[in-house]
Amino acid sequence: MPSKVSAFVSAGAAYDPGPGNPWFSWDYLRQNYGTLLAALREHLLLTLVAVAVAALLAIPLAVLAHRFGRLTGTILGVTGVLYTIPSLALFAFLAPFTGIQPVTVLIGLVLYALITIIRNTLTGLRQVPAEVVESARGMGYGRAALLWRIELPLALPGIMTGLRIATVSTVALVTVGELVGYGGLGDLIIGGFNANFYRAQVMAATLACVGLALVLDLALILVGRAVMPWTRRRTA
Amino acid sequence: MTIIHDAILWLNDPLNWTNPNGIIARTEEHLWISGAAVGLACAVSWPVGVWMGHVGRGGPAVVAMTNLSRAVPTVALLTILPLTVIGFGPPAIILALALFAIPPLLANAYLGVREVDPQVRDAGRGMGLSGWQLLRSVELPLAVPYLANGLRIAAVQVLATATLAAYVNGGGLGMIISRGFGLGLNAGGGQVLAGGLLVALLCLLADGLLVLVERAALPKALRRTDHRPPRSAADPITPTP
Repeated sequence: MPSKVSAFVSAGAAYDPGPGNPWFSWDYLRQNYGTLLAALREHLLLTLVAVAVAALLAIPLAVLAHRFGRLTGTILGVTGVLYTIPSLALFAFLAPFTGIQPVTVLIGLVLYALITIIRNTLTGLRQVPAEVVESARGMGYGRAALLWRIELPLALPGIMTGLRIATVSTVALVTVGELVGYGGLGDLIIGGFNANFYRAQVMAATLACVGLALVLDLALILVGRAVMPWTRRRTA
Repeated sequence: MTIIHDAILWLNDPLNWTNPNGIIARTEEHLWISGAAVGLACAVSWPVGVWMGHVGRGGPAVVAMTNLSRAVPTVALLTILPLTVIGFGPPAIILALALFAIPPLLANAYLGVREVDPQVRDAGRGMGLSGWQLLRSVELPLAVPYLANGLRIAAVQVLATATLAAYVNGGGLGMIISRGFGLGLNAGGGQVLAGGLLVALLCLLADGLLVLVERAALPKALRRTDHRPPRSAADPITPTP
């Protein structure tokens, strides 16, 4: 699978559209919906696992960074450098060691999602009003109770924003995993390009990808409303 | 670790630098494609963003655009544009990269003008400045830190994204990585690692340089009051694609 970037493309030579290569074709969808669904499933699975693992790591890290101010600089610095490194380069670093496997893609996706969730969770935690924390302390809340029952619930808007941005960008980023053969719908996008510029496939996979991102985003908005009933009143 | 050894060997071969498709040629290609994309994006987004900030309209549109652009995979746009009338070659790549650079530039230009202290704006109006004069001599200078911040974010993002042009054989440093993968990991692992290293270094270097540019672009009068944008309007918490 790795030798995909082998389309012979000459610069400047415009591809003749022709009637035989439409952007959208029902025939393509009818004949290939199995392939499309399989790619969609792989895409969804990679996204969900990556975001879930990232959230499990990022939220405790953000809490640590919030509690110990000195760690904040380090964590933000390291994630900032990571964030500047292009995804293709990251996969290039990982692939020689982890091989041509889904794990390679997952590690990359988790690292990028991690950054997003940490930063947003930290922003959320910082936005908890000092008076609220103060009065909770005055009422006798211990450290754990303060975190669990006051700070984290009040930081939920930030956490949810982080999860939403991380999810949407992860869906888009999965396509880059095509390099190691596990790019979900990205395999179909690049595959369609390399298979004689098959427009119907490129377009169908792209639309499925954007659609998946929007559906997941909407789902997270609904989850956010369910777990933060107090924000509903403000927007209504 | 033989792969690390292979990578060092690959980097140490002068031919890998000077070949027609060597590191030097690929870096030049990478830089000019990225430069053109950022230039194009600036030419479009700055006037529009500044104008929208000046009249105070279009904020929700900017936010919606930023969110939507996150959902569109760069790979998809890089694949689709060459198949349209634009045709294969650098123009399609440049256009695809420019489209992704527009949201951070636009959002920062908008926010930069929008965030000007209303009292300062009122003072300008009270002095009899027309809308155009107000924009030119009050709002624009005060928006410079935001414009510079947007430029840095967009430029680093484009440099990073330009590596993905390799998926459609579009040139740039990403080609070194994809060619390495083409050889298989046993033979090309060193090249893959070396290519990744080069791209990462280029992006980190560009980021560092642009931080300096950002500082230099800060108008003198603003330097002492620490009047810097706290956070980019474009939400820098999105990973580089």
